[in-house]
Amino acid sequence: MSAPSPASDATRDEAPRRHTSRDTPRGSPAARAWADWKETRRLWRLGVRLGWLDIRLRYRGSALGPFWLTITSALMVASMGVLYSRLFHMQLATYLPFLSLSLTLWSVGLSSLIQESCTCFLDAEDMVRSVQLPLLLYAVRVVVRNAIVFAHNIVVPLAVFVIYHLWPGINAVLAIPALLLWALDGFAACMLFGSLCARFRDITPIVGALLQIVFYVTPIIWMPQQLGAKASLLLLNPFYPLLEIVRAPLLGHLPSLQVWGIALTLSVVFWAIAIRSFIKTRARLVFWI
Amino acid sequence: MVHIHLDEISLSFPVLHGSSRSLKKTLLARAKSTVAARTGAVGGRMRISNDSSEVVEVQALSDVSFKISGGERVGLVGHNGAGKSTLLRLLAGIYETGEGVLDIVGDTHALIDPNAGMNGELTGRENIQLFACRMGMGRTATQELERDVEAFSDLGAFFDLPVRLYSSGMSVRLGFALATVPRPRILLMDEWFMAGDQKFQDKAKARLEGMVDAADILVVTSHALSILRQWCTRIIWMESGEVRMDGPADDVLDAYEAALAVIPV
Repeated sequence: MSAPSPASDATRDEAPRRHTSRDTPRGSPAARAWADWKETRRLWRLGVRLGWLDIRLRYRGSALGPFWLTITSALMVASMGVLYSRLFHMQLATYLPFLSLSLTLWSVGLSSLIQESCTCFLDAEDMVRSVQLPLLLYAVRVVVRNAIVFAHNIVVPLAVFVIYHLWPGINAVLAIPALLLWALDGFAACMLFGSLCARFRDITPIVGALLQIVFYVTPIIWMPQQLGAKASLLLLNPFYPLLEIVRAPLLGHLPSLQVWGIALTLSVVFWAIAIRSFIKTRARLVFWI
Repeated sequence: MVHIHLDEISLSFPVLHGSSRSLKKTLLARAKSTVAARTGAVGGRMRISNDSSEVVEVQALSDVSFKISGGERVGLVGHNGAGKSTLLRLLAGIYETGEGVLDIVGDTHALIDPNAGMNGELTGRENIQLFACRMGMGRTATQELERDVEAFSDLGAFFDLPVRLYSSGMSVRLGFALATVPRPRILLMDEWFMAGDQKFQDKAKARLEGMVDAADILVVTSHALSILRQWCTRIIWMESGEVRMDGPADDVLDAYEAALAVIPV
């Protein structure tokens, strides 16, 4: 028997008996999933930290760090802006702010969140298998990671707005609840796609391919008005209302209640499916990855 | 009261490989099998056979029941694939099963993998900070932990280099130093903790013994029977997912050794 070292004593005082009675193995799958969520909330700091570490590691050793992302997206916006304003016969001054915002919202917002949600649990394979941590913690990690990348990229449309002396006004505040909705949807995507993609490895590329199609059929590089009278058909595309609730306020418009209504309804349905699937798959997930 | 109760616990898991990983192939196989079932069987359900996309289920544990109460030192023996590690992971809460009743009272800590939860790209120090965050430690506790682990693992300059550059012995040192920090009431330990680098071993032994002494319940798997004889009061002998024998350490180990002598493992 050796005397416990001072550090372990301190540990003992600060983190006293955390889960005195672990009741995870008991209860229905839904109760266990709920316990998973409660544990995730308790450890949220760890989730945020893992998200930050992912970013830091991705850019370790590069002087500009995550600002590389900013530079690439600036280049992308500049080149596409010049080309497509020609193709669409539009003024660069009206087209470029729209394009820079849409493209950023899509590529580092919706698209990357969905794509990365697919590998949510697969990427954490080692940890899931050897450390007892709640699974939803990895969903927090993916959402945080994407939020950080988003914050680095949103600089590009902001710069374009400054160059063209545009100011969205007070309406822009409405983009904040919309972005929160995105974060919640992203969390749900991790629950749904994260577990599905762990079981069936071909879903990840399928999701990627579908996102590519969505990119072209959603008004991202083209404006909804260009459809003319058929623009109302856009509401059938679930990504349009989701994009619009963030984009419209930032461009200074108010999104219609209809658009918000559709976005909220879709999200609620999506959460319901995601939560159901997570409850069903959670206990098996560790065997799949 | 600290205890572990298992009542008729069974656990099976899927072995997914090749085309069972593919959604397309799984759907196709399912379609094929429903056609076959309609045409071939009357009433009974036919299983998909001779198809590579069939999911193979492995029965890792079947009807395992035992009770461990406070103060017991339990060793798990059995040859490879007998279900020892699965059982340990189940007790640690990493695996879950719907079959049977598992009742654990007391905080558990599992020493399953020396590099559990470590990120190879991070330095040793950063991994310690991550570990502290996982344990919910405050700032001062984290600093103390850092000093303690740095001194114990004795990695020198490597402490501030990414873990992926470590030799396997070095990463075991770091992993060991970290994993032995908590003082749980239920300690679950896989056999790698007994092994390790010769120079490191005396130091490691003292630290591990401190941890074991502080725990109310110890469950350990090992092939090193001498260590089990020394440490354990009770041995559970696992064979193909079932408890073959459960009793006082010396009795079970003698029977186990006798069995080993007959069938070489």
